[in-house]
Amino acid sequence: MITTTSSTAAALRPDFAAIASWIKADSKILDLGCGDGALLKYLQQERHIFGYGVDIDDGNVLSCLKNGINVIQSDLETGLSGFANDAFDYVILSQTLQAMRHTERIIREMLRVGREGIVSFPNFGYWKNRLQVIRGHMPVSEALPYHWYDTPNIHLCTLGDFEDFCQQCDAKILERRVMQQDRQIRFLPNLMGKLAFYRFERQNKSPRLESRD
Amino acid sequence: MQDSNSVGIVTPQFVHIDKPLELKSGSTLNGYHLVYETYGRLNADRSNALLVCHALSGNHHVAGIYADKPKSTGWWDNMVGPGKPIDTDKFFVVGVNNLGGCHGSTGPASLDPSTNHPYGAKFPLVTVEDWVETQAQLAEHLGIAQFAAVVGGSLGGMQALQWTLNYPEKVRHAVVIAAAAKLTAQNIAFNDVARQAILTDQDFYGGDYYAYNTVPRRGLRLARMLGHITYLSDHSMATKFGRDLRDGKFSFGYDVEFEIESYLRYQGDKFSDLFDANSYLLMTKALDYFDPAHAYNGDLTAAFKVAKAGFLVLSFTTDWRFSPERSRDIVKALLKNNINVSYAEITSAHGHDSFLMNDVYYHQLVRAYMNNIEV
Repeated sequence: MITTTSSTAAALRPDFAAIASWIKADSKILDLGCGDGALLKYLQQERHIFGYGVDIDDGNVLSCLKNGINVIQSDLETGLSGFANDAFDYVILSQTLQAMRHTERIIREMLRVGREGIVSFPNFGYWKNRLQVIRGHMPVSEALPYHWYDTPNIHLCTLGDFEDFCQQCDAKILERRVMQQDRQIRFLPNLMGKLAFYRFERQNKSPRLESRD
Repeated sequence: MQDSNSVGIVTPQFVHIDKPLELKSGSTLNGYHLVYETYGRLNADRSNALLVCHALSGNHHVAGIYADKPKSTGWWDNMVGPGKPIDTDKFFVVGVNNLGGCHGSTGPASLDPSTNHPYGAKFPLVTVEDWVETQAQLAEHLGIAQFAAVVGGSLGGMQALQWTLNYPEKVRHAVVIAAAAKLTAQNIAFNDVARQAILTDQDFYGGDYYAYNTVPRRGLRLARMLGHITYLSDHSMATKFGRDLRDGKFSFGYDVEFEIESYLRYQGDKFSDLFDANSYLLMTKALDYFDPAHAYNGDLTAAFKVAKAGFLVLSFTTDWRFSPERSRDIVKALLKNNINVSYAEITSAHGHDSFLMNDVYYHQLVRAYMNNIEV
């Protein structure tokens, strides 16, 4: 049987490896905007997790089924009302936040259904992005491969922006990792980092009422 | 016409189950016949059996054609066959006519051995749970200890759900399409209007019309016409018929004028020639009674606690008879039980009937799920 080995996947997707490093073995995971289920499959292999993906796109839902990944076809913009409070150890939103309209609601929903949230997004403060703006253009790069007129990314932010936003959403940041390709960036992360990862939990850990939306 | 990847010519088979069946209603049937068909081969491990459960008006003839009837293509022939989403090269597929039906399994029109007359009104009401029991008897007869999957749409989906509750060890996967964990009041209301059409037909004779050599044709016809409206979407009716007139102008009378009238009357006529009114009544009641959460104070999550199967739940956007919301109820209960489940909401214009249609995405999903079932 031909399969992509985990080590190959980690090399191809350093962001997967970064997320996996935060996930405890045998935990229960919800992956929002799961695409073809590759992250969940990787986490199953690396961390023996049990989980579900959520995606709205027909092609992605079909790919998940082909990959043998549990997937729920649903629109994240309408919230996570199909999921119970505290149902998951981790709720992951991998490179999807910047394309969502209801940004605050999804963060709050993640914290309702999960004990911890993990978010990754392209750092708009990355120096190459800044340089392109200074030169008078919206950034187009590997992490932001769209033009201003065709981008699905409507809520781009910097590390600083996101950290302020977490406070506003009552999310307590537990850990941050900033990456440039497969390298971790510790020096001037908001300038040098291309991808940002955050792990967070509820500020006030008392259980929340189930969402009504 | 037979397509190239049809299962080909098929022959129904019969089994008599001699074991008394205690029904949920409290009645007992001492024995009964089941008519069934099978496609593909049961493998040496007996691990590739797949049961297809039928909906209100379906039967055991799921795929293929009968040698003597070239137009007798099975009701789910687009789904089941060699190389089709439910691939008979991989699975040993079983279709069975439900108890109480009118296509060969014991039902109200069958002869009651104790009187040698049709059961008629004496035939007990049966439930989805009862059907699962009879299907389990058939499985035993066929030497199937566990189904790789139980698959069904609408009322058939309810049976697939019930299988995972009655026999959690005997079903590895359930594919539940355009179904619900219980009917809504509106849905029961539609069923009751259909029943009233039959019950108030003067040829019904309290269900014993067989003795009078007649059938409550008008009632059954109306019931079917009403049902048919609810299986289509507003959009699909508008697209297919619109306000088209058969003769191109109004005739200012009550004969058929609009194409939709012609269509519905035709469907009603065809159905009332083929279906037994008592079976129709009984099937609609089975739909109404289905509610696995009832025994758990309405808690569907508690009801599904025993389930072990993996699930594929599918709904169609324009299905207002079994809306996506009802499928999401099922999914929510499964998620709360940490059960392997996938759910897709298929964009389709065809309403409830979508589950019988040839939609590309729909068939891709079923195929993908089926491909990952180990046999």
